[in-house]
Amino acid sequence: MPPLALEVRNVSKSFGPVRALDGVSFSLRKGEVHALMGENGAGKSTLMNIIDGILRPDGGEILVDGRSVEIASPQKAHELGIGLVHQEIALCPDISVAENISMAATNSRSAWLMDYRELRQRAGTILASLADIDPQALVGELSISEQQIVEIAKALALDCSILILDEPTAALTEREAGKLFGIIAQLKARGISIIYISHRMAEVFAHCDRISVLRDGRYICTEEVAATTQEEIVRRMVGRHLGDIYPAKNPGSIDAPVLMAVSGLSDSDRVRDVSFELRRGEVLGIAGLIGAGRTEIALGICGLNRLTAGKVEFEGREVTPRSYAESIANGIVYLSEDRKGAGVFVDLPIAVNVSALAIDRVASAGFVSRAKEQAQAKSLADQLRLKRGSLDDAASTLSGGNQQKVALAKLLSVCPKAIILDEPTRGVDIGAKAEIHRILRELASGGTGIVAISSELPELIGLCDRVLVVHEGRIAGEVSGDELNEEAIMRLASGLAIEGQEAR
Amino acid sequence: MSVASGLNEELRPAAAREATGGGWRSIASMREFGLLLIILALCVVMSFASPYFLSWGNFRAMLMSFSIEGIVVVGMTVLLIVGAIDLSVGSVVCFAMVVAGTAFLAGIDPWSASLVGIAASALVGIAMASFVTAIGLHSFIVSLAFMVIVRGLCLAITDGRPLSLFSLPPGFKFIGQGTVPLDLRFLGFAQVYDVPVVILIFLVVVVVFDLLLRKATVFRKVFYTGSNEKAAQYSGIRTNRVKFFCIVLCSTLSGVAGVLYMARFGAAPPTFGVGMELNIIAAAVIGGASLKGGSGTILGAILGIALLSVVSSSLTLLDVPPVWQDVIRGVILLAAVTIDHLLHTRKRARGAVRAG
Repeated sequence: MPPLALEVRNVSKSFGPVRALDGVSFSLRKGEVHALMGENGAGKSTLMNIIDGILRPDGGEILVDGRSVEIASPQKAHELGIGLVHQEIALCPDISVAENISMAATNSRSAWLMDYRELRQRAGTILASLADIDPQALVGELSISEQQIVEIAKALALDCSILILDEPTAALTEREAGKLFGIIAQLKARGISIIYISHRMAEVFAHCDRISVLRDGRYICTEEVAATTQEEIVRRMVGRHLGDIYPAKNPGSIDAPVLMAVSGLSDSDRVRDVSFELRRGEVLGIAGLIGAGRTEIALGICGLNRLTAGKVEFEGREVTPRSYAESIANGIVYLSEDRKGAGVFVDLPIAVNVSALAIDRVASAGFVSRAKEQAQAKSLADQLRLKRGSLDDAASTLSGGNQQKVALAKLLSVCPKAIILDEPTRGVDIGAKAEIHRILRELASGGTGIVAISSELPELIGLCDRVLVVHEGRIAGEVSGDELNEEAIMRLASGLAIEGQEAR
Repeated sequence: MSVASGLNEELRPAAAREATGGGWRSIASMREFGLLLIILALCVVMSFASPYFLSWGNFRAMLMSFSIEGIVVVGMTVLLIVGAIDLSVGSVVCFAMVVAGTAFLAGIDPWSASLVGIAASALVGIAMASFVTAIGLHSFIVSLAFMVIVRGLCLAITDGRPLSLFSLPPGFKFIGQGTVPLDLRFLGFAQVYDVPVVILIFLVVVVVFDLLLRKATVFRKVFYTGSNEKAAQYSGIRTNRVKFFCIVLCSTLSGVAGVLYMARFGAAPPTFGVGMELNIIAAAVIGGASLKGGSGTILGAILGIALLSVVSSSLTLLDVPPVWQDVIRGVILLAAVTIDHLLHTRKRARGAVRAG
């Protein structure tokens, strides 16, 4: 048995009432590549942030090289030889590669002046073993994969012996990912232990030694890659029951008339030839990994992103929108996943928020009627059971769930015929979540078409009549009826099903 | 919340204010009420310090001094609410004067010449708005460039010499220099007051824009855009059009002010309005407009410029040297903004507690 580089024993962490990690144990052998897998929200990032000293655990123990340590800060983690490469690239685009690589190292030095020559040499030495990148180039001029390599070099500059890579291939093309795996193999050969977080089954099975699975903040199992199968891991990741109470579905919607037909939708970035139909009275789910292009599909349909190809038909006529205003006029509305950034005006009163989508509805001759505005807000607030003080209070005075209801009320103010919701219950407590589900189902019963994008599989399965699964910008498949389960969705979302088809 | 009250305060019945407690606790009403108190207190103190201070003559002079600038303040407030800024207003005011004056000297009747001057200002606004919305540059830097460009144009058109416009017909000069008698003796006032026409024009502009800003759907979109541009876009509002409109509006109002100055002075000096933008931005900010956008009221901004004007007048009457007047004005701006920021952070904290 090779010695352990890192051992996590019984670590727990709660955020308020939410238990993000519940007695998780995990061990990393010296010189292995260890995959950490689990659904979104399983606790992977929380665990990594604890190991990197960004978060403090509520309980448990961490051992590095067999010694119990307290990792109070990222700087302490550096001293222990732990380097974390975040999922999002966090480099300064306007300064050179060399300076970026030495940023953390510079921060811990006490010298007054920068020694640029030493800096360049050092960066050159580290980069030489990784890829052909000029240390003097500006980071902003590099490709995403090169930036990813700079991130890794930055971690290596701290002489780390444990490297954590959080979804490093999420933004990479296949060729770029291939390069990265070459580098990982090199690092492994140098004796560096790597924790590799990814949703992509194929690459995990091709390049990792062991796999640990987390689910709902709990440790599930650790398997040798050679001794398990992809199916087995997927089952471990999702194996749970739907304990929640979801509103009754509408099985008749399968045969209902088509409300909206999307065909050949593509944009310049993520979306590739997406086609699907939404039926009247149906709740259609869209599943997929973060970054798979789910949001971009919605933005394209609503005219919030420019399309390069494809068309949207609504009630039999073509309505491919050039702007969101046009889409609203056609009765298709969108709820953003970013509630504070794009959903509500937190500083404005509730009533003013509600009327934002169609101010003309509460105005006459170009002037807002306060009476109409208040009446509209009151009626929608009552319908959605909004817990509130005065309708003149700013939206910021409400809880997350109630802010989401305000955002929803805003959409409903135009009596839409199709509603696309992006993560409708993100950051919402369980009570409000069930209410939002109830509201969506009620709207569907009234004949509205609902599209719900969610990263939460239980939500999609409990709420939707049918679920489309997006993988790398394309619709990888559709699941409905008895097939509607987490395993089927995860297989499609991680690209497993497609690869299987190709092999056949 | 300041916008809440900006939009609704006057219309909300007293009973509703009691019920929510929002009315009196609202920062905007506190700010405007507070500004008014400060101005009144200053007047009381000054009336003891100088016998001339409370005279109608001095009051009229103070009103005159800020009424034309006040029209520009209205435009600047709208612009700050949408989240933009305009440093070129001083130059654009002058541009309208110079263009209108040149057109008049070329033989065009003064009213048409004025329209040409205002149109020229609007064109400057359109040019700036294009750079801001089509190219995506920040309004600060675009308007800084235009401040210099337009000033240069003023000097080029006039060869650097002031235009003498004594030949303007009296009918036109009336809008800048004339007065109308205001007979309030039936209310117990001792005399008939001669109210300058510019003050009346200023009041009309203020009342109209205050109403529009609170009630008109167009200006509601200004609040949405300034409060959260992305959320506004995700509500189907074409925020670039809204910003375009605000920038052009501010330049156009600057043009109107320029024409009024021309009528008042009977001249068009190409160096007029240098540094005016600072006074105007200061007034709007003292009155509660946020540089981050999303909040501000016309009433507040007007009280802001009134305060600056009363301070200037007081300092002059007290024989404070002009250099020190600038120092004091700067200190007042800093104090106003600091107090506002502190109140705002505390209010945020309270909001968070209520949300939790």
